Amino acid sequence: MGAKVVTVTSGKGGVGKTTTTANIAAALAAAGHRVVCIDADIGLRNLDLVMGLENRIVYDLVDVVEGRCKLRQAMIKDKRVPNLYLIPAAQTRDKTAISPEDMIEVTAQLRRDNDWILIDSPAGIEGGFRNALAPADIVLIVTNPEVSAVRDADRIIGLVEAEEKDPPKLILNRVKPDMVRRGEMLKAEDVLEVLAIELIGVVPEDEQVLTASNRGTPLALDGRSRAGRAFQAIARRLMGEQVPLEEFAAEDGFLRRLSRKVRTGGQPA
Amino acid sequence: MILDWLRGRERGSARTAKERLQFVLVHDRAGVSASTLEALKDELIEAISRHVEIDREGVSVSLTKDRRRQRLVADIPLAERRTAKH
Repeated sequence: MGAKVVTVTSGKGGVGKTTTTANIAAALAAAGHRVVCIDADIGLRNLDLVMGLENRIVYDLVDVVEGRCKLRQAMIKDKRVPNLYLIPAAQTRDKTAISPEDMIEVTAQLRRDNDWILIDSPAGIEGGFRNALAPADIVLIVTNPEVSAVRDADRIIGLVEAEEKDPPKLILNRVKPDMVRRGEMLKAEDVLEVLAIELIGVVPEDEQVLTASNRGTPLALDGRSRAGRAFQAIARRLMGEQVPLEEFAAEDGFLRRLSRKVRTGGQPA
Repeated sequence: MILDWLRGRERGSARTAKERLQFVLVHDRAGVSASTLEALKDELIEAISRHVEIDREGVSVSLTKDRRRQRLVADIPLAERRTAKH
């Protein structure tokens, strides 16, 4: 069985794509799966920093595509979790350095020996996004409960559908339960109704996210923070487990009902 | 205006956000702006009036959605037949 390719995208920048990618990857690897992350944001490399691997980069994705190194040589091994690797983006090039076909080719080689390939997509709807989308089996859209982020997510959903991929799944990130309770923040129910796609996770706003990226240690490696647990739950849903929505999110009846319906992206292999 | 504003405050900004999103996304998805819709409405009134007498003021043309399926809905009331006997 080959790996599943999961592309994490959003349209709007700054909604938490990179954090989400790093955390889902770490959680999948911690569960014993073999995981490779690819930073597809050429020219704006960041996944290395969030994963704490920035000092170990020798080769990058563009080096692989242009034949300056073997794929293996560009894979940085995480020291904390076995079987977690990162292929970093090039920092001194731009998105035109690679094509959708290159991404399909690189992931084809990785599929054989891994369980998951996570691609961190750049923001926007142009070349870089197209590169990240091309090899995807599963598309995860990260958004925030905020009008412009939701609008951009809708645009991305349309583009994913136009590529005839399976319908993307939604991660609602940075939810403030207190504001939702006061009716001052869109709740998951609202966002799902507007976007008409399936939910795979709700992540609360959590200071620990910043602390973790300061340190370069994905939160999902220890389940002590609320956001970390939410990312772990998303990873488990991807692995095919039925995981109810976290308690902070299941405050009203609708979400409790919904949580029973949240289904996985990947069918168990 | 003020009433709208008060109502908005009363019920929380999340509901306003949701309604605004629903409106804007319907137009985004169809690639049809509000002004295109206005133009379309005028042309429809023109075309239909050539055949049937309609209540021009009552015509409404709008986009709606049903899941992710877009629909253009035109509601065209006929003019009251004043000559008709009741």
